[in-house]
Amino acid sequence: MASAIEQPEIAAAAAAADPMLPALYSIQRVRQETDDTFTLELVPEDSHSSFGFRPGQFNMVYIFGVGEVPISISSDPGSLPMLKHTTREVGTVTRAMRQLKRGDVVGIRGPYGSCWPVAKAVERDVVIVAGGIGLAPLRPALYRLMAEREKFRKIVLLYGTRTPEDILYRQELEHWRGKFDLEIQVTVDRAASNWRGNVGVVTTLIPRAPFDPSNTFALVCGPEVMMRFTVMELEKRGVATERIYLSAERNMKCGIGFCGHCQLGAVFVCKDGPVFALNQIAAILGKSEI
Amino acid sequence: MTTEPVHAGGTVALEGEQLDRLITALSERKFEVLGPKLHDGAIVYDRLSSLNDLPSGWSDEQSPGKYRIKRGKGDALFGYVVGPHSWKKFLYPPVQRMWQAERNGKGLHILPNHDSAPSKFAFFGVRPCELSALAIQDKIFLGGPYVDPGYKARRENLFLVAVNCTQPGGNCFCASMNTGPKAVAGFDLALTELSQDGHRSFLVEIGTAAGAAMLSGIPHRPATDADKQLAERVLAHAARHMGRKLDTRDLKDLLYRNYEHPQWDKVAERCLSCANCTLVCPTCFCTTVEDSTDITGNHAERWRRWDSCFTVDFSYIHGGSVRATPRSRYRQWMVHKLAAWLDQFGVSGCVGCGRCITWCPVGIDITAEASAIRQSDQAKAPAEQGRESE
Repeated sequence: MASAIEQPEIAAAAAAADPMLPALYSIQRVRQETDDTFTLELVPEDSHSSFGFRPGQFNMVYIFGVGEVPISISSDPGSLPMLKHTTREVGTVTRAMRQLKRGDVVGIRGPYGSCWPVAKAVERDVVIVAGGIGLAPLRPALYRLMAEREKFRKIVLLYGTRTPEDILYRQELEHWRGKFDLEIQVTVDRAASNWRGNVGVVTTLIPRAPFDPSNTFALVCGPEVMMRFTVMELEKRGVATERIYLSAERNMKCGIGFCGHCQLGAVFVCKDGPVFALNQIAAILGKSEI
Repeated sequence: MTTEPVHAGGTVALEGEQLDRLITALSERKFEVLGPKLHDGAIVYDRLSSLNDLPSGWSDEQSPGKYRIKRGKGDALFGYVVGPHSWKKFLYPPVQRMWQAERNGKGLHILPNHDSAPSKFAFFGVRPCELSALAIQDKIFLGGPYVDPGYKARRENLFLVAVNCTQPGGNCFCASMNTGPKAVAGFDLALTELSQDGHRSFLVEIGTAAGAAMLSGIPHRPATDADKQLAERVLAHAARHMGRKLDTRDLKDLLYRNYEHPQWDKVAERCLSCANCTLVCPTCFCTTVEDSTDITGNHAERWRRWDSCFTVDFSYIHGGSVRATPRSRYRQWMVHKLAAWLDQFGVSGCVGCGRCITWCPVGIDITAEASAIRQSDQAKAPAEQGRESE
């Protein structure tokens, strides 16, 4: 299917070899981020690894004998060969992953999929709307934006989580806010009385967020219902449909278009996505059980 | 009778008994010859050692949810259509080990599968709809940026003997899908079985140089105009006598705009979500993977096996399955097959072989389901519908 968005080139070597064979990475650190999320910090066993990725892409992460799951890359594209994957403990594989220690080895296949249109957003405002762990696949885009901050106009992060304790990458966000010109607005579903910030869904931040809708790229990732309402609010503000990008999630067994599991209407989330221009999936966004 | 060299693009005739020599020639060139065989009351694809293995004189009776073999009228070698097997099981095995891993201390070591010499298959008796199915699977496994190396190795070694369909089955609709009853491309050799006055011969179209080479040494004669006209006649007759029909006009958009059609609820009342249709379908390609360890915990394996969009697990992500109801799973299968496939691969995912209709335990008929949606297209104004049914 013809894709309207930036598609990373696939290294010929990666495509030619057996694409189902993982490369080995050892764990440098397992970092607890919040109550139920953690980050694996990984380095390749192969010191000649030529792994490179673009913000928004994902890897298939294999845990010995347990299974393999797709997880977006959440590290800085500029700090390779170190890779970071932030995930939530929700299933058999991620629970086993949480038990891993420094020095344990995992399998990595990737990077797969499409990427955020960072290069296209030069000279424009960028609004990033994230829900919960949806911030993880957006963090590499933030690294890119911060690394070349002067190339972009306003950069706004609108971030919704369940509680203040669920805010990911808190220190980093505060560091960026202090160092660069980055507007961050956080809202939570519920909080104790000492929370002075916003309470409510993330879409409530959009109407008053400081960006120029006629010249904005919007990057959105979170639960599907959150993305659907975010799109409605962004369009209401006047952000052009073709400048709204979303990252979708589906079951995946291969990551390369063979297993069929990740289909979302006519697109494969693994190879046409996970990052989609809104017009690629607008017709099915909001339809149930697609 | 001659053994003169023949060329790709040419057509010759073989007398009935000479066809056995083609199987011999294939075996001599180290091909594993696979073709239709009677087994457990069905015609399946299995290893052939001679023409005697073919279900000569047998035919099949197919209708929604029903398959029976019966004696045919004559002693035709190919007087039946497709059974529960499709060729995908050879190129894309139902269960396959992908690799193994050994744990050593904290580290691990991946052991790729080292295939001994890749299989060299000759498919003998491939129906035109099945050639189309093969071309579709080629697009999936070879046509993208990533290639399935096992499929590629087996596909490159493949020799294809097609058989045109002179007697379509009760659930066949290849004529609607433009995939049959005559093979037009993608074969090394294509046979049309001709029977006249108790005399059997085969019209042989030569598709490739490999096909021509295989015929050298097998006695044949030039095809006469009478042979060719007879073949045309029986194939035209077959095209007019398909058991089913599928109106493909605007079918993709028709289905896309009817995601909420009440027919999905109706079919869900019958659909058992059993996955038979996807397993017998020659184009369905979905798989899952299974990981396991041995009792020591130091040896792990990863296996791939055929999967189906009809299982609840298929679409599971944390929090639940995306397609939790049979309604949504049947819709996914049919809309993918008849609509999304066109966007994904430039061709319909249905070749009109009718297997999903025959092997559905409750006899759900994809052509009837599509037609029911067309009859009451939800996106059309009622007035327009009225006009169409007049």
